[in-house]
Amino acid sequence: MKRMTSILLAVVAALAGCQREQRQLRLDPPTADALDKIALMPNGIAGAPPRVYFALGKPYEANAYNLSQGKRLYSWFGCKSCHGDGQGGSGPSFLDGWWYYGPEMVSIFASIRDGRPHGMPSFRDKMTTDQIWQLAGYVQTIGSYEGKTAAPSRNDEKQTRPAENRAPAKLRFDQGPSPVHLDQGPTP
Amino acid sequence: MIRALSKICLSAMLAVPLAACGSNWQSALDVHGTSAISLKHLILLIVAVCSVVWMLVMVALIWALWHRREGLSTPPQPGRERRMTIAVIGAVIVTAVIIGTFTIMSFFATRSLSVAGQDELTIRVRGLQWWWGIEYLGPDPSRRFETANEIHIPVGRSVHLKLEGLDVIHSFWVPSLAGKQDLIPGRSNELTIRAEQPGVYRGQCAEYCGMQHAHMALLVIAESQDDFDKWANAERNAAAQPVEEEAAAGMQTFLTKPCAACHTIRGTIAAGTTGPDLTHVGSRRTIAAGLFETTRGSLAAWIADPQTIKPGNNMPMVPLAPEELRDVSAYLASLK
Repeated sequence: MKRMTSILLAVVAALAGCQREQRQLRLDPPTADALDKIALMPNGIAGAPPRVYFALGKPYEANAYNLSQGKRLYSWFGCKSCHGDGQGGSGPSFLDGWWYYGPEMVSIFASIRDGRPHGMPSFRDKMTTDQIWQLAGYVQTIGSYEGKTAAPSRNDEKQTRPAENRAPAKLRFDQGPSPVHLDQGPTP
Repeated sequence: MIRALSKICLSAMLAVPLAACGSNWQSALDVHGTSAISLKHLILLIVAVCSVVWMLVMVALIWALWHRREGLSTPPQPGRERRMTIAVIGAVIVTAVIIGTFTIMSFFATRSLSVAGQDELTIRVRGLQWWWGIEYLGPDPSRRFETANEIHIPVGRSVHLKLEGLDVIHSFWVPSLAGKQDLIPGRSNELTIRAEQPGVYRGQCAEYCGMQHAHMALLVIAESQDDFDKWANAERNAAAQPVEEEAAAGMQTFLTKPCAACHTIRGTIAAGTTGPDLTHVGSRRTIAAGLFETTRGSLAAWIADPQTIKPGNNMPMVPLAPEELRDVSAYLASLK
């Protein structure tokens, strides 16, 4: 009986090992089209992703392949030139505990797709919908207050902040004696 | 005699894996480059000598089995013992000489891989997932130009390659011209190639680099100095302005859609650096790193659905209307 149980447990463990993260390499054109149709609040902050986003299982927030692609897009499309490694430069930081337009995926998606005032350009005609979601997922991961089990690929160069999946925003949060944003609210 | 025998041995050994290849399109035995020739000579010599040694060892073994001493009862015979000692010492000396000769010869053969000549052409080869970026360098920056997946070289001249990996480790291997050399992120490796005969030589990434490693090929086209100069001068020019209406519309589509964010077409505002330079894409023999011959149809198929043709590559599926796809493919095919 005991032997049966241990064999059964081994089989279950082996079967559980078959579960592998799926890579969605090709998005069907109708799906990509539907993913573009986010419902944003009138002020351009927050809203709801399209229903297909949930039907796909929120694939851009915790899928390692999508996060890795997002990381590549982050450097390929020049995000570094204003936002640095995520800690900001001439553009705002993603790690300082402050989101001008909220931390929701739709807001980040809208910022990249449509641009924002004070210098954020629109990438609507430079990237596909799939790529914008991948990049948004990566940006959301850098600024997240909770660590993730999925991680993008590592940097080749020296690390300048904690890795993306370890919630660098939380580790780096420093309200300081005089916060940059006076209305910042409590520690995350 | 030995040479002929070694060739037969080598052919027999390689007959099975090579049975599928009808031509010598990409083969380390069909050599046309200086270093590939010296490497082939080296391997043929090593195989020949090793075959002879193997046969002598077999003969000696059979002889020994034939003349084996039964049991241990026979008393030692001084003459026989001395002969055996001499035989063993002789075998050790011959072995040392053979291995020493091999070492020296292989040292000289591999040293010839990176021999640098005077006034040579320098090309930067960048390995990316999954294509080759080719940049012709020179003292005059205005005469530099970029292309992709296709290297033209003049016959009989040493060409210096600077090899760089941009994402993961790749390996540059054109078996008919030279041995392998890795492209490693963060460092620059060097390789000198020299073609002895004009021809088209296929190369292939030889270090597993991800999903589409198998579809990361390149062509080296060796041609006369005159043809090479003509080609290089044409490549230096900016892209021709489209004449046909369809191609002109295609250019507009290319520049306003995401294409221009990743690809460069010199002479237009498209200046992306993530994807291959497309200034003269219509004149290249293949697209997508050796996957298809360059035709308008293959260009259209590639643009329409790159993720079905080469899954995982970094070219996204850009939504285009059918007319737009037709126009863009006409435009790209016209970029000679």
